[in-house]
Amino acid sequence: MIKLEHIHKSFRVAKRKEGLGSAFRALFHREYQIIPALRDISFEIAAGEIVGYIGPNGSGKSTTIKIMSGILRPDSGNCLINGQIPWQNRKHYVGQIGVVFGQRSQLWWDVPVIDSFSLLQDIYDIPDKAYAKTLSELTATLDLAEIIQLPARQLSLGQRMRCEIAASLLHDPRILFLDEPTIGLDAVSKLAVREFIQKQNQEKGTTIILTTHDMQDIEALASRILLIGKGQILFDGRYADLKKQAKTGLSAEEMVAELYREYQI
Amino acid sequence: MKLYWKYFAIHLKSQLQYKVSFLLMILGQFLSTFSAFIGLYFMMQRFHQVEGFSYQEVLLCFAVVSLAFSLAECFARGFDTFSTMIGNGEFDRILVRPRHEIFQVLASKIEFSRIGRLLQSLFILLVVIIKTPYLWCFDKGLTILLMILGGTVVFSALFLIYAGLCFFTTDGLEFINIFTDGGREFGRYPLSIYGDSILKFFTYIVPLALFQYYPLLYLTGRSNQPLYIFFPCLSGLFLFPAYLIWKTGLKRYQSTGS
Repeated sequence: MIKLEHIHKSFRVAKRKEGLGSAFRALFHREYQIIPALRDISFEIAAGEIVGYIGPNGSGKSTTIKIMSGILRPDSGNCLINGQIPWQNRKHYVGQIGVVFGQRSQLWWDVPVIDSFSLLQDIYDIPDKAYAKTLSELTATLDLAEIIQLPARQLSLGQRMRCEIAASLLHDPRILFLDEPTIGLDAVSKLAVREFIQKQNQEKGTTIILTTHDMQDIEALASRILLIGKGQILFDGRYADLKKQAKTGLSAEEMVAELYREYQI
Repeated sequence: MKLYWKYFAIHLKSQLQYKVSFLLMILGQFLSTFSAFIGLYFMMQRFHQVEGFSYQEVLLCFAVVSLAFSLAECFARGFDTFSTMIGNGEFDRILVRPRHEIFQVLASKIEFSRIGRLLQSLFILLVVIIKTPYLWCFDKGLTILLMILGGTVVFSALFLIYAGLCFFTTDGLEFINIFTDGGREFGRYPLSIYGDSILKFFTYIVPLALFQYYPLLYLTGRSNQPLYIFFPCLSGLFLFPAYLIWKTGLKRYQSTGS
Protein backbone atom coordinates (compact mmCIF):
# COMPACT_ATOMS: atom_id res chain seq x y z
CA MET A 1 0.00 0.00 0.00
CA ILE A 2 2.63 2.51 1.11
CA LYS A 3 6.25 1.92 0.28
CA LEU A 4 9.14 4.32 0.81
CA GLU A 5 12.64 3.38 -0.30
CA HIS A 6 15.80 5.31 0.50
CA ILE A 7 14.15 8.70 0.59
CA HIS A 8 16.55 11.61 0.96
CA LYS A 9 15.52 15.20 1.30
CA SER A 10 17.52 18.24 2.23
CA PHE A 11 16.69 21.92 2.38
CA ARG A 12 18.81 24.80 1.30
CA VAL A 13 18.64 27.56 3.87
CA ALA A 14 20.40 30.87 3.97
CA LYS A 15 22.95 31.18 6.74
CA ARG A 16 22.12 34.09 8.90
CA LYS A 17 24.45 35.72 11.31
CA GLU A 18 23.45 38.10 14.01
CA GLY A 19 23.85 41.82 13.81
CA LEU A 20 22.68 44.51 11.45
CA GLY A 21 25.94 44.61 9.55
CA SER A 22 25.82 41.02 8.48
CA ALA A 23 22.13 41.32 7.65
CA PHE A 24 23.10 44.14 5.32
CA ARG A 25 25.94 42.13 3.78
CA ALA A 26 23.53 39.25 3.25
CA LEU A 27 21.61 41.47 0.83
CA PHE A 28 24.46 41.15 -1.63
CA HIS A 29 26.10 37.92 -0.78
CA ARG A 30 24.41 35.08 0.92
CA GLU A 31 25.86 31.84 2.09
CA TYR A 32 23.74 28.80 1.90
CA GLN A 33 23.75 25.77 4.03
CA ILE A 34 22.35 22.40 3.08
CA ILE A 35 20.40 20.94 5.94
CA PRO A 36 19.52 17.27 5.57
CA ALA A 37 15.96 16.65 6.70
CA LEU A 38 15.58 13.00 5.74
CA ARG A 39 18.43 10.53 5.39
CA ASP A 40 17.63 7.23 3.82
CA ILE A 41 14.09 6.69 5.01
CA SER A 42 12.55 3.34 4.09
CA PHE A 43 9.43 1.66 5.37
CA GLU A 44 6.32 -0.14 4.26
CA ILE A 45 2.79 0.17 5.54
CA ALA A 46 0.07 -2.32 4.69
CA ALA A 47 -3.53 -1.43 3.94
CA GLY A 48 -5.66 -1.05 7.05
CA GLU A 49 -2.80 -0.33 9.47
CA ILE A 50 -2.62 2.49 11.96
CA VAL A 51 0.93 3.68 12.31
CA GLY A 52 2.14 6.16 14.87
CA TYR A 53 4.97 8.30 13.58
CA ILE A 54 6.90 9.83 16.43
CA GLY A 55 10.05 11.81 16.95
CA PRO A 56 11.22 15.06 18.53
CA ASN A 57 10.60 18.46 16.97
CA GLY A 58 12.52 18.95 13.75
CA SER A 59 13.23 15.27 13.25
CA GLY A 60 11.57 15.10 9.82
CA LYS A 61 8.08 13.86 10.61
CA SER A 62 6.27 16.61 8.78
CA THR A 63 8.69 16.43 5.86
CA THR A 64 7.87 12.74 5.46
CA ILE A 65 4.15 13.45 5.60
CA LYS A 66 4.58 16.23 3.04
CA ILE A 67 6.41 13.88 0.70
CA MET A 68 3.78 11.18 1.11
CA SER A 69 1.00 13.66 0.44
CA GLY A 70 2.63 15.02 -2.71
CA ILE A 71 3.49 18.50 -1.41
CA LEU A 72 7.25 18.01 -1.60
CA ARG A 73 9.38 15.93 -3.90
CA PRO A 74 12.35 14.14 -2.36
CA ASP A 75 15.92 14.59 -3.65
CA SER A 76 16.21 10.87 -4.28
CA GLY A 77 14.52 7.61 -3.46
CA ASN A 78 11.23 5.98 -4.36
CA CYS A 79 7.84 6.44 -2.86
CA LEU A 80 4.92 4.39 -4.08
CA ILE A 81 1.50 4.81 -2.53
CA ASN A 82 -1.51 2.97 -3.90
CA GLY A 83 0.64 2.21 -6.92
CA GLN A 84 1.28 5.91 -7.59
CA ILE A 85 4.12 8.33 -7.11
CA PRO A 86 2.59 11.18 -5.07
CA TRP A 87 4.29 14.15 -6.75
CA GLN A 88 3.60 12.85 -10.25
CA ASN A 89 0.07 13.36 -11.46
CA ARG A 90 -0.63 15.17 -8.20
CA LYS A 91 -4.26 16.03 -8.97
CA HIS A 92 -5.25 12.42 -9.49
CA TYR A 93 -3.33 11.14 -6.48
CA VAL A 94 -4.54 13.60 -3.85
CA GLY A 95 -8.16 12.75 -4.60
CA GLN A 96 -7.56 9.45 -2.83
CA ILE A 97 -5.94 10.69 0.35
CA GLY A 98 -7.06 12.82 3.25
CA VAL A 99 -4.73 15.14 5.16
CA VAL A 100 -5.29 16.89 8.47
CA PHE A 101 -2.74 19.47 9.55
CA GLY A 102 -3.51 19.90 13.24
CA GLN A 103 -1.99 23.35 13.36
CA ARG A 104 -3.67 24.72 10.27
CA SER A 105 -7.31 25.06 9.49
CA GLN A 106 -8.93 24.26 6.20
CA LEU A 107 -12.34 25.63 7.18
CA TRP A 108 -13.56 29.01 6.07
CA TRP A 109 -13.40 31.27 9.07
CA ASP A 110 -16.51 33.38 8.56
CA VAL A 111 -19.09 31.07 7.03
CA PRO A 112 -20.92 28.09 8.53
CA VAL A 113 -18.87 24.89 8.52
CA ILE A 114 -21.46 23.23 6.31
CA ASP A 115 -20.62 25.73 3.56
CA SER A 116 -16.96 24.72 3.73
CA PHE A 117 -18.05 21.10 3.43
CA SER A 118 -20.26 21.83 0.48
CA LEU A 119 -17.37 23.57 -1.30
CA LEU A 120 -15.24 20.49 -0.66
CA GLN A 121 -17.92 18.37 -2.26
CA ASP A 122 -17.42 20.33 -5.46
CA ILE A 123 -13.62 20.39 -5.19
CA TYR A 124 -13.51 16.60 -4.89
CA ASP A 125 -16.39 16.11 -7.28
CA ILE A 126 -18.33 13.91 -4.86
CA PRO A 127 -21.70 12.72 -6.18
CA ASP A 128 -24.67 14.06 -4.18
CA LYS A 129 -25.75 10.66 -2.89
CA ALA A 130 -22.32 9.63 -1.65
CA TYR A 131 -21.83 13.07 -0.11
CA ALA A 132 -25.11 12.93 1.79
CA LYS A 133 -24.31 9.45 3.08
CA THR A 134 -20.76 10.25 4.24
CA LEU A 135 -21.86 13.52 5.76
CA SER A 136 -24.62 11.94 7.80
CA GLU A 137 -22.26 9.22 9.02
CA LEU A 138 -19.60 11.74 10.00
CA THR A 139 -22.15 14.00 11.65
CA ALA A 140 -23.37 11.12 13.77
CA THR A 141 -19.99 9.68 14.79
CA LEU A 142 -18.25 13.00 15.37
CA ASP A 143 -21.32 14.57 16.95
CA LEU A 144 -21.38 17.53 14.60
CA ALA A 145 -25.11 18.11 14.19
CA GLU A 146 -25.22 21.23 16.31
CA ILE A 147 -21.98 22.81 15.25
CA ILE A 148 -21.92 22.62 11.48
CA GLN A 149 -24.34 25.51 11.19
CA LEU A 150 -21.91 27.78 13.03
CA PRO A 151 -19.04 29.67 11.42
CA ALA A 152 -15.63 28.20 12.23
CA ARG A 153 -14.56 31.28 14.17
CA GLN A 154 -17.20 30.53 16.81
CA LEU A 155 -16.06 26.97 17.45
CA SER A 156 -13.85 25.81 20.28
CA LEU A 157 -10.58 24.12 19.31
CA GLY A 158 -12.00 20.68 20.02
CA GLN A 159 -15.12 21.31 17.98
CA ARG A 160 -13.04 22.71 15.17
CA MET A 161 -10.71 19.73 15.11
CA ARG A 162 -13.68 17.40 14.79
CA CYS A 163 -14.85 19.44 11.84
CA GLU A 164 -11.35 19.43 10.33
CA ILE A 165 -11.25 15.65 10.49
CA ALA A 166 -14.69 15.38 8.96
CA ALA A 167 -13.61 17.76 6.17
CA SER A 168 -10.69 15.50 5.32
CA LEU A 169 -12.89 12.42 5.12
CA LEU A 170 -15.79 13.69 3.03
CA HIS A 171 -14.36 12.13 -0.13
CA ASP A 172 -13.88 8.81 1.69
CA PRO A 173 -10.10 8.50 1.18
CA ARG A 174 -8.33 5.17 1.51
CA ILE A 175 -5.42 6.76 3.35
CA LEU A 176 -5.57 9.41 6.03
CA PHE A 177 -2.57 11.44 7.18
CA LEU A 178 -3.01 13.10 10.54
CA ASP A 179 -0.34 15.61 11.48
CA GLU A 180 -0.73 16.27 15.21
CA PRO A 181 -4.52 15.90 15.34
CA THR A 182 -4.76 16.20 19.11
CA ILE A 183 -2.52 19.21 19.61
CA GLY A 184 -3.94 21.60 22.16
CA LEU A 185 -7.12 19.66 22.80
CA ASP A 186 -8.68 19.10 26.23
CA ALA A 187 -9.07 15.59 27.63
CA VAL A 188 -12.63 15.07 26.44
CA SER A 189 -11.94 16.20 22.90
CA LYS A 190 -8.78 14.12 22.75
CA LEU A 191 -10.70 11.02 23.72
CA ALA A 192 -13.41 11.78 21.18
CA VAL A 193 -10.86 12.23 18.41
CA ARG A 194 -9.01 9.04 19.34
CA GLU A 195 -12.18 7.04 19.50
CA PHE A 196 -13.21 8.29 16.12
CA ILE A 197 -9.86 7.49 14.51
CA GLN A 198 -10.07 3.96 15.84
CA LYS A 199 -13.59 3.51 14.56
CA GLN A 200 -12.73 4.87 11.14
CA ASN A 201 -9.89 2.38 10.91
CA GLN A 202 -11.86 -0.62 12.12
CA GLU A 203 -15.12 -0.03 10.31
CA LYS A 204 -13.90 1.49 7.07
CA GLY A 205 -10.46 -0.05 6.90
CA THR A 206 -8.86 3.34 6.31
CA THR A 207 -5.07 3.25 6.53
CA ILE A 208 -3.98 5.89 9.01
CA ILE A 209 -0.60 7.52 9.55
CA LEU A 210 -0.50 9.73 12.57
CA THR A 211 2.18 12.03 13.91
CA THR A 212 1.94 13.19 17.46
CA HIS A 213 3.87 14.19 20.56
CA ASP A 214 1.22 12.79 22.81
CA MET A 215 2.27 9.29 23.83
CA GLN A 216 -1.20 8.46 25.01
CA ASP A 217 -2.38 8.88 21.42
CA ILE A 218 0.12 6.24 20.46
CA GLU A 219 -0.78 3.99 23.35
CA ALA A 220 -4.46 4.16 22.52
CA LEU A 221 -4.24 3.98 18.76
CA ALA A 222 -1.16 2.63 17.14
CA SER A 223 -0.15 -0.98 17.25
CA ARG A 224 2.93 -0.09 15.29
CA ILE A 225 5.24 2.84 15.72
CA LEU A 226 7.93 4.43 13.63
CA LEU A 227 10.47 6.45 15.54
CA ILE A 228 12.39 9.04 13.57
CA GLY A 229 15.32 11.13 14.76
CA LYS A 230 17.69 13.38 12.84
CA GLY A 231 16.11 12.22 9.62
CA GLN A 232 16.58 8.50 10.15
CA ILE A 233 14.23 5.72 11.19
CA LEU A 234 15.47 4.47 14.55
CA PHE A 235 12.77 2.05 15.52
CA ASP A 236 10.09 0.32 13.53
CA GLY A 237 7.98 -2.18 15.37
CA ARG A 238 5.21 -2.90 17.76
CA TYR A 239 4.51 -0.55 20.59
CA ALA A 240 4.42 -3.50 22.99
CA ASP A 241 7.99 -4.49 22.06
CA LEU A 242 9.24 -1.01 22.67
CA LYS A 243 7.61 -1.12 26.06
CA LYS A 244 9.29 -4.40 26.89
CA GLN A 245 12.70 -2.96 26.08
CA ALA A 246 12.24 -0.04 28.39
CA LYS A 247 12.71 -0.10 32.13
CA THR A 248 9.58 -1.07 33.93
CA GLY A 249 7.60 1.43 35.85
CA LEU A 250 8.09 4.23 33.35
CA SER A 251 5.13 6.05 31.89
CA ALA A 252 4.84 6.23 28.14
CA GLU A 253 6.09 9.81 28.22
CA GLU A 254 9.17 8.97 30.28
CA MET A 255 9.89 5.97 28.12
CA VAL A 256 10.03 8.05 24.98
CA ALA A 257 12.12 10.72 26.65
CA GLU A 258 14.50 7.96 27.69
CA LEU A 259 14.56 6.70 24.14
CA TYR A 260 15.31 10.13 22.69
CA ARG A 261 18.19 10.45 25.14
CA GLU A 262 19.46 7.03 24.32
CA TYR A 263 19.60 7.82 20.62
CA GLN A 264 20.83 11.32 21.34
CA ILE A 265 18.18 12.96 19.23
CA MET B 1 -16.43 27.23 -13.85
CA LYS B 2 -19.26 26.09 -11.62
CA LEU B 3 -16.72 25.58 -8.87
CA TYR B 4 -15.44 29.12 -9.35
CA TRP B 5 -18.94 30.47 -8.76
CA LYS B 6 -19.15 28.45 -5.60
CA TYR B 7 -15.92 30.04 -4.38
CA PHE B 8 -17.30 33.37 -5.52
CA ALA B 9 -20.44 32.90 -3.42
CA ILE B 10 -18.55 31.82 -0.33
CA HIS B 11 -16.19 34.82 -0.61
CA LEU B 12 -19.10 37.17 -0.95
CA LYS B 13 -20.77 35.59 2.05
CA SER B 14 -17.57 35.89 4.11
CA GLN B 15 -16.91 39.48 3.20
CA LEU B 16 -20.50 40.53 3.86
CA GLN B 17 -20.07 39.28 7.43
CA TYR B 18 -18.34 42.53 8.17
CA LYS B 19 -20.68 44.96 6.50
CA VAL B 20 -19.24 48.21 7.81
CA SER B 21 -15.68 47.25 7.01
CA PHE B 22 -16.75 46.07 3.58
CA LEU B 23 -18.52 49.34 2.76
CA LEU B 24 -15.68 51.45 4.11
CA MET B 25 -13.20 49.52 1.98
CA ILE B 26 -15.28 50.15 -1.12
CA LEU B 27 -15.50 53.83 -0.24
CA GLY B 28 -11.76 54.00 0.41
CA GLN B 29 -10.97 52.35 -2.89
CA PHE B 30 -13.32 54.73 -4.62
CA LEU B 31 -11.71 57.78 -3.07
CA SER B 32 -8.14 56.68 -3.71
CA THR B 33 -8.79 56.32 -7.42
CA PHE B 34 -10.69 59.55 -7.33
CA SER B 35 -7.65 61.41 -6.08
CA ALA B 36 -5.67 60.04 -9.02
CA PHE B 37 -8.37 61.33 -11.30
CA ILE B 38 -8.27 64.77 -9.68
CA GLY B 39 -4.52 64.85 -10.19
CA LEU B 40 -4.96 64.14 -13.86
CA TYR B 41 -7.73 66.70 -14.10
CA PHE B 42 -5.61 69.54 -12.71
CA MET B 43 -2.66 68.60 -14.89
CA MET B 44 -4.78 68.72 -17.98
CA GLN B 45 -6.43 71.97 -16.89
CA ARG B 46 -3.00 73.58 -16.97
CA PHE B 47 -1.41 71.95 -19.95
CA HIS B 48 -4.47 71.07 -22.08
CA GLN B 49 -2.57 68.37 -23.89
CA VAL B 50 0.32 65.96 -23.49
CA GLU B 51 2.38 65.17 -26.56
CA GLY B 52 -0.61 65.97 -28.72
CA PHE B 53 -3.09 63.88 -26.74
CA SER B 54 -6.13 65.83 -25.58
CA TYR B 55 -7.74 65.63 -22.16
CA GLN B 56 -10.48 63.34 -23.49
CA GLU B 57 -7.96 60.98 -25.01
CA VAL B 58 -5.82 60.81 -21.91
CA LEU B 59 -8.92 60.21 -19.85
CA LEU B 60 -9.88 57.32 -22.10
CA CYS B 61 -6.47 55.83 -21.52
CA PHE B 62 -6.73 56.41 -17.80
CA ALA B 63 -10.14 54.73 -17.54
CA VAL B 64 -9.14 51.68 -19.57
CA VAL B 65 -5.96 51.07 -17.59
CA SER B 66 -7.65 51.59 -14.22
CA LEU B 67 -10.48 49.30 -15.19
CA ALA B 68 -8.12 46.56 -16.36
CA PHE B 69 -6.02 46.90 -13.25
CA SER B 70 -8.96 46.73 -10.87
CA LEU B 71 -10.38 43.72 -12.68
CA ALA B 72 -7.04 41.96 -12.36
CA GLU B 73 -6.78 42.97 -8.72
CA CYS B 74 -10.30 41.74 -8.02
CA PHE B 75 -9.78 38.30 -9.51
CA ALA B 76 -6.03 37.66 -9.41
CA ARG B 77 -5.59 38.96 -5.90
CA GLY B 78 -4.48 35.49 -4.76
CA PHE B 79 -1.19 35.95 -6.61
CA ASP B 80 -0.68 39.37 -5.13
CA THR B 81 -0.84 37.97 -1.60
CA PHE B 82 0.90 34.75 -2.51
CA SER B 83 3.87 35.20 -0.19
CA THR B 84 1.55 35.03 2.84
CA MET B 85 -0.01 31.93 1.36
CA ILE B 86 3.36 30.23 1.29
CA GLY B 87 4.26 31.58 4.71
CA ASN B 88 1.20 30.35 6.56
CA GLY B 89 1.02 26.98 4.86
CA GLU B 90 -2.18 27.67 2.97
CA PHE B 91 -0.39 26.60 -0.19
CA ASP B 92 0.32 23.15 1.25
CA ARG B 93 -3.40 22.74 1.63
CA ILE B 94 -3.90 23.74 -1.98
CA LEU B 95 -1.42 21.09 -3.08
CA VAL B 96 -3.33 18.29 -1.38
CA ARG B 97 -6.53 19.12 -3.25
CA PRO B 98 -7.33 17.59 -6.61
CA ARG B 99 -7.59 20.82 -8.60
CA HIS B 100 -5.10 22.83 -10.58
CA GLU B 101 -3.02 24.94 -8.25
CA ILE B 102 -3.37 28.12 -10.30
CA PHE B 103 -7.13 27.77 -10.28
CA GLN B 104 -7.13 27.34 -6.52
CA VAL B 105 -4.87 30.32 -5.92
CA LEU B 106 -7.12 32.42 -8.15
CA ALA B 107 -10.24 31.22 -6.40
CA SER B 108 -8.83 31.53 -2.90
CA LYS B 109 -8.94 35.32 -2.92
CA ILE B 110 -11.62 37.38 -4.56
CA GLU B 111 -11.53 40.95 -3.40
CA PHE B 112 -14.97 42.50 -3.70
CA SER B 113 -13.97 45.77 -2.11
CA ARG B 114 -12.07 46.53 -5.33
CA ILE B 115 -15.50 47.12 -6.81
CA GLY B 116 -15.14 50.70 -5.60
CA ARG B 117 -12.24 51.27 -7.95
CA LEU B 118 -13.93 49.30 -10.67
CA LEU B 119 -17.13 51.32 -10.60
CA GLN B 120 -15.23 54.56 -10.69
CA SER B 121 -13.17 53.56 -13.71
CA LEU B 122 -16.28 52.29 -15.42
CA PHE B 123 -18.03 55.57 -14.72
CA ILE B 124 -15.19 57.65 -16.18
CA LEU B 125 -15.03 55.38 -19.21
CA LEU B 126 -18.76 55.72 -19.85
CA VAL B 127 -18.60 59.50 -19.54
CA VAL B 128 -15.72 59.66 -22.03
CA ILE B 129 -17.51 57.39 -24.46
CA ILE B 130 -20.73 59.38 -24.24
CA LYS B 131 -18.87 62.63 -24.83
CA THR B 132 -16.89 61.31 -27.78
CA PRO B 133 -19.25 60.51 -30.67
CA TYR B 134 -16.50 59.15 -32.93
CA LEU B 135 -16.21 56.14 -30.62
CA TRP B 136 -19.77 55.10 -31.30
CA CYS B 137 -19.16 52.41 -33.85
CA PHE B 138 -18.59 48.71 -33.77
CA ASP B 139 -14.85 48.56 -34.44
CA LYS B 140 -14.00 51.21 -31.83
CA GLY B 141 -16.25 49.56 -29.29
CA LEU B 142 -14.53 46.26 -29.95
CA THR B 143 -11.15 47.96 -29.59
CA ILE B 144 -12.05 49.33 -26.15
CA LEU B 145 -13.34 45.94 -25.05
CA LEU B 146 -10.17 44.19 -26.20
CA MET B 147 -8.03 46.84 -24.53
CA ILE B 148 -9.73 46.16 -21.20
CA LEU B 149 -9.45 42.39 -21.58
CA GLY B 150 -5.85 42.53 -22.75
CA GLY B 151 -4.97 44.81 -19.87
CA THR B 152 -6.56 42.48 -17.35
CA VAL B 153 -4.54 39.63 -18.79
CA VAL B 154 -1.24 41.54 -18.67
CA PHE B 155 -1.75 42.72 -15.10
CA SER B 156 -2.81 39.20 -14.06
CA ALA B 157 0.31 37.79 -15.71
CA LEU B 158 2.41 40.31 -13.78
CA PHE B 159 0.77 39.15 -10.56
CA LEU B 160 1.50 35.56 -11.61
CA ILE B 161 5.18 36.39 -12.14
CA TYR B 162 5.25 38.05 -8.74
CA ALA B 163 3.80 34.88 -7.19
CA GLY B 164 6.14 32.61 -9.14
CA LEU B 165 9.15 34.51 -7.85
CA CYS B 166 7.93 33.96 -4.28
CA PHE B 167 8.92 30.32 -4.69
CA PHE B 168 12.51 31.45 -5.00
CA THR B 169 12.49 34.04 -2.27
CA THR B 170 9.62 32.95 0.03
CA ASP B 171 9.11 36.63 0.67
CA GLY B 172 7.41 38.88 -1.84
CA LEU B 173 9.57 40.87 -4.17
CA GLU B 174 8.44 44.44 -4.04
CA PHE B 175 10.29 45.39 -7.19
CA ILE B 176 7.63 43.71 -9.30
CA ASN B 177 5.29 46.43 -8.06
CA ILE B 178 7.18 48.77 -10.36
CA PHE B 179 5.38 46.97 -13.14
CA THR B 180 2.01 46.34 -11.48
CA ASP B 181 1.28 49.48 -9.47
CA GLY B 182 3.82 51.33 -11.56
CA GLY B 183 2.21 50.09 -14.75
CA ARG B 184 -1.08 51.43 -13.56
CA GLU B 185 0.45 54.82 -12.81
CA PHE B 186 2.48 55.03 -16.04
CA GLY B 187 -0.42 53.70 -18.02
CA ARG B 188 -2.64 56.63 -17.16
CA TYR B 189 -0.95 58.57 -19.93
CA PRO B 190 -0.29 57.23 -23.42
CA LEU B 191 3.03 55.41 -23.12
CA SER B 192 4.66 57.34 -25.97
CA ILE B 193 5.02 60.46 -23.82
CA TYR B 194 7.84 58.84 -21.84
CA GLY B 195 10.08 58.56 -24.88
CA ASP B 196 11.02 55.95 -27.40
CA SER B 197 13.05 53.55 -25.29
CA ILE B 198 10.39 53.34 -22.57
CA LEU B 199 7.78 52.68 -25.25
CA LYS B 200 9.94 49.91 -26.69
CA PHE B 201 10.35 48.39 -23.25
CA PHE B 202 6.61 48.41 -22.69
CA THR B 203 6.05 46.88 -26.12
CA TYR B 204 8.52 44.02 -26.17
CA ILE B 205 9.35 43.23 -22.54
CA VAL B 206 6.33 44.07 -20.41
CA PRO B 207 3.64 44.53 -23.03
CA LEU B 208 1.57 47.31 -21.51
CA ALA B 209 1.70 49.29 -24.73
CA LEU B 210 0.12 46.46 -26.69
CA PHE B 211 -3.22 46.99 -24.99
CA GLN B 212 -2.82 50.68 -24.26
CA TYR B 213 -0.81 52.73 -26.74
CA TYR B 214 -1.28 51.06 -30.13
CA PRO B 215 -5.05 50.51 -29.91
CA LEU B 216 -5.33 54.06 -28.64
CA LEU B 217 -3.71 55.29 -31.86
CA TYR B 218 -6.47 53.57 -33.77
CA LEU B 219 -9.21 54.77 -31.44
CA THR B 220 -8.20 58.40 -31.74
CA GLY B 221 -7.79 58.21 -35.49
CA ARG B 222 -4.02 58.76 -35.41
CA SER B 223 -3.58 55.54 -37.32
CA ASN B 224 -5.80 53.70 -39.76
CA GLN B 225 -4.06 50.40 -39.22
CA PRO B 226 -6.98 48.07 -38.35
CA LEU B 227 -4.53 45.47 -37.04
CA TYR B 228 -4.05 47.71 -33.99
CA ILE B 229 -7.54 46.66 -32.87
CA PHE B 230 -6.20 43.19 -32.18
CA PHE B 231 -2.89 44.15 -30.61
CA PRO B 232 -4.33 43.58 -27.11
CA CYS B 233 -4.75 39.90 -28.03
CA LEU B 234 -1.00 39.71 -28.66
CA SER B 235 -0.35 40.80 -25.11
CA GLY B 236 -1.88 37.49 -24.05
CA LEU B 237 1.42 35.91 -25.11
CA PHE B 238 2.86 37.41 -21.96
CA LEU B 239 1.08 34.65 -20.05
CA PHE B 240 3.54 32.06 -21.38
CA PRO B 241 6.72 33.35 -19.73
CA ALA B 242 4.69 34.08 -16.59
CA TYR B 243 3.42 30.50 -16.49
CA LEU B 244 6.91 29.18 -17.12
CA ILE B 245 8.29 31.10 -14.14
CA TRP B 246 5.45 29.77 -12.02
CA LYS B 247 6.05 26.16 -13.06
CA THR B 248 9.79 26.38 -12.49
CA GLY B 249 9.15 27.88 -9.08
CA LEU B 250 6.60 25.24 -8.16
CA LYS B 251 9.16 22.51 -8.77
CA ARG B 252 11.47 24.14 -6.26
CA TYR B 253 8.77 24.58 -3.64
CA GLN B 254 10.16 23.87 -0.17
CA SER B 255 7.14 24.43 2.04
CA THR B 256 7.54 25.95 5.51
CA GLY B 257 7.07 25.00 9.13
CA SER B 258 5.64 21.87 10.62
